[in-house]
Amino acid sequence: MHLQLKSFLLLLTVSFWGVQSSAQDLMDLVEDEPRVEYATSTFKTTRVINHQSIKKPHDGTLLFIISHHFGRLNQGAYELFGLDNATIRLGFEYGIGDRLAIGVGRSSFQKTYDGFVKYKILRQSSGKRVMPLTMSWYSGMELNSLKWQNPDRDNKFSSRLTYVHQLLMARKFNSRLSLQVSPTVVHKNLVETTDDPNDQYAVGVGGRYKITDMFTVNAEYFARVNEPATGEYYNSLSVGVDIHTGGHVFQLHLTNSKPMFYSGFISETQGDWMDGDIYFGFNINRVFTLKKPEEFKDK
Amino acid sequence: MKTLTSILTAITLLLAVNSTHAQRYVTKNGNITFFSETPVENIRAVNKSVNSALDTETGQFVFKVLMKSFQFKKALMQEDFNENYVESDQYPNSTFQGNVVNHKDIDFDKPGTYEATVKGDLTIHGVTNQIKETGTFKVVDKETIKGNSTFTIKVEDYDIKIPKIVSEKIAEEIEIKVDVTLKKLKK
Repeated sequence: MHLQLKSFLLLLTVSFWGVQSSAQDLMDLVEDEPRVEYATSTFKTTRVINHQSIKKPHDGTLLFIISHHFGRLNQGAYELFGLDNATIRLGFEYGIGDRLAIGVGRSSFQKTYDGFVKYKILRQSSGKRVMPLTMSWYSGMELNSLKWQNPDRDNKFSSRLTYVHQLLMARKFNSRLSLQVSPTVVHKNLVETTDDPNDQYAVGVGGRYKITDMFTVNAEYFARVNEPATGEYYNSLSVGVDIHTGGHVFQLHLTNSKPMFYSGFISETQGDWMDGDIYFGFNINRVFTLKKPEEFKDK
Repeated sequence: MKTLTSILTAITLLLAVNSTHAQRYVTKNGNITFFSETPVENIRAVNKSVNSALDTETGQFVFKVLMKSFQFKKALMQEDFNENYVESDQYPNSTFQGNVVNHKDIDFDKPGTYEATVKGDLTIHGVTNQIKETGTFKVVDKETIKGNSTFTIKVEDYDIKIPKIVSEKIAEEIEIKVDVTLKKLKK
């Protein structure tokens, strides 16, 4: 009898365990297989401030960027601290698939047209495949369309062109902090004197820190590796904020660079922060969904 | 005493046998669609890889939903949804663990459409609320059961904060439509 009671208790335990585990079993049936989790929203938009971030417009999305850099703050009250003057750039960027983006722009500074392709080589991910950073390649061309200063000399069209190549490497460390390092080369077909190098090397560092869902603080700095022989130029330093309002991202910043294209702000930044040569500027980013995802095509 | 023990043993055995005979139905590609309707903007998002399992014996009914699988018409909206509203990096899944209250009234072996009441814990954005909703089970054949339900939840019940600036575009109550086709699990 004692043995019987024992065996009964054992059975009871086993059966309860069975019932218990059946609830757990059912949850096990809905477990996901391990998957690749890509980091998203490393930056709010395709610009850290002046330079490109690793972010590209989503597939089938057109991004319109209106950028202004006003005059220098140290111009004083007469020029309303620079607000009476503005350098502008209008740009369009378009995402093709998960990795490719193309873009064009026109800046009032030196009447410069620019065009680029950007390709995402690696994507930061966790889970099934771990990749510590996102890496993108940027190649652009810039065309100065100002009238020739000396129309009488033999001016070549190629002299108007500048090429930019950049490797963008960024990591989203957590939901707030993202940092990016961007080795860059700017090749100018025409330089000021024969002593000046055609290739300007620089390393950009930039990042963002998210304060709230709608608000991030951004900064970027370009350290030039080689310096030109002529002209007094400075390294470009910019600080700013991103304000995210659903369809728009407003970027407000202070920078010592007047131009908003690469060859301009990397190799021809004339402002000195120490002298108050600071430009207030903004980018307004607006996206348009041109291509709807499969699921929404019928509606 | 001996008799009692024997009876108890028999009951226990019966229970144990019962539970091993449980009929499970599962899916990995159920659909959940949600709608947010405001005068300013209508938003719809679709998730076509919803995991769900039903035990017709016990009435247990569970869901597991990967939040990042919700697809929006506008990619930016999808990004905001995951990044700012449901915080998918922190709370990757939503789950439901509950029971079909009236499962005894439903003959899961006989084709037909049955009204069902489902009660249990819904967890979204790390917040759990008990819900009780109605829907239908459609027994198609011996292998297939379709489950359908439409209900609403309040955004604030799940501690999802919508910034003021977009509050006109996002409804306070979200309509959720569940549509799963469960297949019998082969042992």
